[in-house]
Order: sequence, then C-alpha cells, then structure tokens
Amino acid sequence: MNEIGTAAAPIIRARGLKKSFGALEVLKGIDFDVLPSQVSVVIGPSGSGKSTLLRCCNGLEAADAGSLEICGRMLVDRGQRLPENELNALRAHVGMVFQSFNLFPHLTVLDNIAIAPRKLRGLSATEADASARRLLDKVGLASKAAAYPSTLSGGQKQRVAIARALAMEPQVMLFDEPTSALDPELVGEVLLVMKNLAREGMTMMIVTHEMAFARDVADVVSVMDHGVVLESGPPMQIFDAPRHARTREFLQAVVTRGGPRRHEPKSKPVPLAFDDH
Amino acid sequence: MDFDFAPVLNGWRALMHGALVTVEVSFGAIALGCLVGLVIGLGRLDPRRRGIYALCSAYLTVVRGTPLLVQLFIWFFGLPVFGIQLPAFFCGIVGIGMYSGAYVSEIVRGAIQSIDRGQMEAARSLGMPYRMAMRAIVIPQAVIRMIPPLGNEFIAVIKNSSLVSLLTIADVMHEGQKIISVSYRSLEVYLAIALVYFALTNLTGFALRVAERRLAVGGLVQ
Repeated sequence: MNEIGTAAAPIIRARGLKKSFGALEVLKGIDFDVLPSQVSVVIGPSGSGKSTLLRCCNGLEAADAGSLEICGRMLVDRGQRLPENELNALRAHVGMVFQSFNLFPHLTVLDNIAIAPRKLRGLSATEADASARRLLDKVGLASKAAAYPSTLSGGQKQRVAIARALAMEPQVMLFDEPTSALDPELVGEVLLVMKNLAREGMTMMIVTHEMAFARDVADVVSVMDHGVVLESGPPMQIFDAPRHARTREFLQAVVTRGGPRRHEPKSKPVPLAFDDH
Repeated sequence: MDFDFAPVLNGWRALMHGALVTVEVSFGAIALGCLVGLVIGLGRLDPRRRGIYALCSAYLTVVRGTPLLVQLFIWFFGLPVFGIQLPAFFCGIVGIGMYSGAYVSEIVRGAIQSIDRGQMEAARSLGMPYRMAMRAIVIPQAVIRMIPPLGNEFIAVIKNSSLVSLLTIADVMHEGQKIISVSYRSLEVYLAIALVYFALTNLTGFALRVAERRLAVGGLVQ
C-alpha cells in the first residue's frame, strides 16, 4: 500500500493475517492499513473475506496467524490473541456498526446509547444520558430518545446504532455493510451520517456495496477477492483504471445488477439533511 | 347414585390448611427449581467448557430420567440408611425443587440460545465483558421467552406436589385422604381436592400471563 511510510502510525495494521473456518481459508495472508482520519472502503464479491477481515479488527473473529495491530495494541501477535480483559478494553476504542443493526430491543433508544458508557466508562446516569442526547441530535433523532427500537425504521435504527458505537468515543469505526439491510429510500440518511463522520475526521473502515458512496467519500478503496486484497488505491484509480482483471469483472457486475441508484451522479445518493429531524 | 358432600364441608378447615401446605411446598419447590435451573441452564450454554458442561448434563439426565416419586422416597426413606434424617417438609421441597430444576434448566438454556447472536456481538463490540453482556443484554430478553414454558413447569410442580402426601406431609391431598378414611366418600373428596389444584394452577397461569404482558410493554417482544 502506498500509504506506508507516512508519518502517522496506522490505527489498523494487519500483516499476513490468516483466518480459516474449518477447511475454508477465508483470509489468506492480508496486509492492510488504515491511517488516522482515513476513510478506508473495502469492496469485493460476497465470500471474498471482507466482512471477516472487518470482524477480526475488533476480535469478533479470532485470526489464526499473522499479526494485527489496532490503536497501537497487538490484537493478534503472530497468531497469539490478546487476553480477554485487554481485548474488552481495546474493543471500547473500536466502534462497530452491523448490517442488521443489533439494537437492544429491551432498552429505549437513549438507553441503547447510554448503557455502555454508564457501565464501562464510569459515567453517571446524568452524564451518560446527556452525551447520548447529544449523539442522538447528531444523527438527527433527538425526538426518538424515549422510543423503543421496534418502533423505528431501518434507517433510523442504523443511525441509533452508529450513535451507540460513537458513545464509547472510539478511535476507529468499523462498518459491516451498514446499508445492505435497508430499503433503498432509507440508505441515504445512513450514508449522510457516515459522510458527516468522515468530514469530522473519524477513522473509518467500511465494507459496503455502495459504489457511489465509496467513490465520493473514501480515501482508499481496497478490492478483496477469495481472501486476498487484489488492489487498493484512491477511488478514482480503482473505479476508473482498475489494474486487476478480477476488479474489472466485479465492478462490471455490480454496475450491471445495481439499480438506478448506483448510476446516479455521486452527489445524489446522500441527502443534505434528515427529513425526520 | 347419591352424592354426599357433608364430609367435605365438615372437613373444609383441614382441607384449607392442607391447601396452604400445598402452596408452601409448591412455592418453595418453584423457587428452588428456578435457582437450580438457572445454574444448570447457564452451565450448559457452552459445551467447550467441558467440566462444567459435563457436570450439568449429568445432573439433567439423572434427575430428568428418574421418577419424581422415586427421588422423593430416596430423600426421605433412603438417606436415613446413611444416618441422614431430614424433615419431611424439607425432603418435599428439595426433592421437587431439584427435579423441577432439571426442566427449568432446559427452558433457561433454550431461551438464552434463542436470542439472536448479534445481540451478544453488539454488546461485546462495545467492550462489555461476557458476563456483563449476558446480565444486561441477553438474559433480560431471554426472560420474556421463558415465561410461557415456565408457566407449564410451575403448574406441573403444583400438581406434582401432591406426591409429598406420601412423605407424611399434611398437604391438601393428605388431608383429603384422612377425610376419606373415615367417611368413605372418595369421589366427593377427590373432586374437592381437584378443585383446589384447579384453582391454584389457574391462578398461577393467570399471574404469569399478567407478568408477560407487563414485561412485554415497550420493545421487549417484537
């Protein structure tokens, strides 16, 4: 990767990372970096290992070999995992947003966001609630504090999930196909939140199929296929002049089966403001 | 065919006293059963923790695989062979409670494992340790799913508690049989006993339905 050698130490740094599920080798020795304030988008066909790579980055999947450094801590060191208590501490610095939201259905929207800071960061209930309200405001859902997740739309759920992850004040945010479970008309509001985060300088690693978003917001796009990173570089290079034949095939396939939303000019998919604010 | 409910009416004080004993035994056994069930159920969540898993599985298979009456007799008539003489009331509650615990453990395990994996992952990804994630996120959701099968189990405990009459405990069954032994009015007395159990079991069922509705307020049941 061409970023190696710049001054700032990477927030995520994977070297020779390997992971197998039974006989299936999903990651075949990945080298991968995310620098501070960088928006790193990972694309690739399903089954290429991109979600697994993302899940390795907060220890939800344990890599088998190689090393993985997150925020200066060795999450995986030559195949050795971090002890459980240190892993928990490290996870607090790594926000994660899931494809299926995974909000806590038994808690109100506010408590979904406030529970982890209250229990883990030692905030008082008042402090945690106040900061949760600020985050809700930021994702345009201030009016939904007392609602339960089951009453929200998919887009609103995902915005709450982003606020929940931000509540731990992470140094990096991981997004695992955050818009794949959404109705097309709800994708824009989630991408807007993510775009704003990127503007504020949040370090982000995003697995997505939203090519227009990747082109618009990413600093680096990496293409994964069959457990390896085929190529990575600035979005212009990847989308307009891909070096690898497999990349061309994949982009061709995505553009062909993608609906009109993916053909729209790059500014279009992201609305300017939330209409339910 | 003639009915004579006079013995029932004359003995109603004894029957009501017996009913109270039935309630006490049932309540104690249900409480113990929930406690044992929670421990055994949690112990069987992860087969990779071999020792704990094997121990809890052994408990389940042994206790669930033998008749309750035999277990009660072992507690009350068997243990004295080793010089362990326990009060009948204690044997009744512990015997039924531990038996019920085996069934409750499967209810607990089933409910916890039915909660979507993503809930645990989301909690862990925020930095919560496993136990905290269990306590704060998974178990509160699982409890709601436990209520209907727990209702069945509680009702079974109430009905099974009639077996303690064989351990000299003066529950409603025992009091009824005393009335029969002097009046020979079997059908009338057993009908009265049935009515007591019917009332107790349905009251329990009603209470659990109310609890379920209360807990389901908000977002708990999607």
